[in-house]
Amino acid sequence: MNENYKKVAYYPGCALEGTANAYDHSTRAVGKKLGLELVELKNWNCCGAMEVKNLDPQLQNYLSARNLSIAANEMGFDTVMAPCNGCYHNLKKVEYDVTHRPEARETVDRLSDKAGHAKYEPGSVETIHALDWIKKTVGEEGLKDRVVRSLEGLKIANYYGCMYSRPRHIFPEKDQGGDSENTDAPHYMDDLLQAAGATIVNYPLKTACCGGAHTLADSNTSTKLVVNLLRTAEACGADIIATECPTCHTGLEMHQVRAETEFDVKTNVVMLYFTQLLGLAMGLSPRKLSIHENISDSLPLLKQKGLA
Amino acid sequence: MPIHEKNLIRPEDLTEHDNLSIDGVDVSGHWSTFINSRAVTDYNEAMEEEIAALPGGQYIHRCWQCSSCTNACTIHEINPEFNPRYWIYLARMGLESELLRDKDLIWQCVSCFKCTHACPRDVEPEGVMKAMSTWLELKGHQPKSPSQHFDEEVAAQVIATGKLEEGRVIRGFFARTGQSLKQAWLLEIVRRMVGRLPILMGIRMGLATLFRPKTSGWERSRVAMEEYMQEREQANRRALKLD
Repeated sequence: MNENYKKVAYYPGCALEGTANAYDHSTRAVGKKLGLELVELKNWNCCGAMEVKNLDPQLQNYLSARNLSIAANEMGFDTVMAPCNGCYHNLKKVEYDVTHRPEARETVDRLSDKAGHAKYEPGSVETIHALDWIKKTVGEEGLKDRVVRSLEGLKIANYYGCMYSRPRHIFPEKDQGGDSENTDAPHYMDDLLQAAGATIVNYPLKTACCGGAHTLADSNTSTKLVVNLLRTAEACGADIIATECPTCHTGLEMHQVRAETEFDVKTNVVMLYFTQLLGLAMGLSPRKLSIHENISDSLPLLKQKGLA
Repeated sequence: MPIHEKNLIRPEDLTEHDNLSIDGVDVSGHWSTFINSRAVTDYNEAMEEEIAALPGGQYIHRCWQCSSCTNACTIHEINPEFNPRYWIYLARMGLESELLRDKDLIWQCVSCFKCTHACPRDVEPEGVMKAMSTWLELKGHQPKSPSQHFDEEVAAQVIATGKLEEGRVIRGFFARTGQSLKQAWLLEIVRRMVGRLPILMGIRMGLATLFRPKTSGWERSRVAMEEYMQEREQANRRALKLD
């Protein structure tokens, strides 16, 4: 268990202030219930999402570095927690680049000087995902003690997407054996939801791509990829796909509707953020976890299972 | 590097004879297809270097053609013509005219990082795909792809305010690409949501449209980034000898 993670700088990112507001609400609610403290990063900015790097990778590095610099230099934190895979990935990426690539450090430092704020020093602050945060502060055993309404009977496929574990070199703490996360077969979400009583189905596409980067730019490809994810989850026996990324979550939900309206392909599996599922297990109300804000309507299923 | 690509042989270079006998041997029909001999003379020797100079392309020279990228590729799985290993090969060989045959495919890379994860030589093929798309567009071989429009819309917003507002991105992207916002599936999503949503959320989203979210104290960062991007755009054009 890591005492350090009990109070962290919280970087929600743009999606959690918009379409994925439910992820923000449920993350905060679960943290509060678990006695973990989140201090929102002051004056944070967009990390560059999945797009800015295509125009210039160093520009994206600068955007991400500014956030890490605020956490370390202005707020005195040594840990930043980001629930969004895109944000998490980009903060990890700048740490790797600034450490290993002189041209990245040179550009990031030069832009920081020009913008008039403190430089980001690699090693000064660690980036963790919401999954690390709960897994390493409370863990499975701690979670079991706090479950008041077991998720028993819920069959869940855990979907991690791309940015949580790829490419492996920007996540040096993963693939270290023992309790560390695995980049090819991540399991932190499986561990936590299983501890909350859910049945985890064996889902071979847990790190497949939902086409999130081209959700509008190439919607047919995204729909095709999403339909594959949804149908496979159903074939594996899942009622629910648990997510830990706002882009994946919204992509799955939007393209589930698109597949239905444009291609007449109907699937019934519903999407929930893993924080919403953990919250339910700990006795929080669906409203408190903003489950009604999800596009896919999971309330009938949750009611049927006695969870709502 | 051996050429074992079936699709390197253009259809116009294949000949089938209805009635042909050579030294008494019948060589007509599909099983005796002839490949016309041709010599490649239109090499673009500068191509690899130009792509390497663009954002994402800098490690293209490391590739040793193992094809881990293509084997791992998300898009290759749904379209076998999408082949990063092959395109890297063409770029390194300077086979511009061959690459141009796939010019409307390359932008379809979804940045899932499976290739970069799998690559044993740290080529970062995902970045190379972006550099190739940029190269095709700057050279005038391809109009701006939908993906490029989307990236530019996002970057413009982030640079201007420090934040992204998704509603604005959707509107901006559809405007840039001349599409109607009234897509049947988007309307269907709204229809499904309306009944369930609390009034507060509607107000919140409405406010985000009226009052753009903005990072306070962003001005100097904005100026620094704008100047940097101008520098970079000039450098990209110089690398391609466009100015």
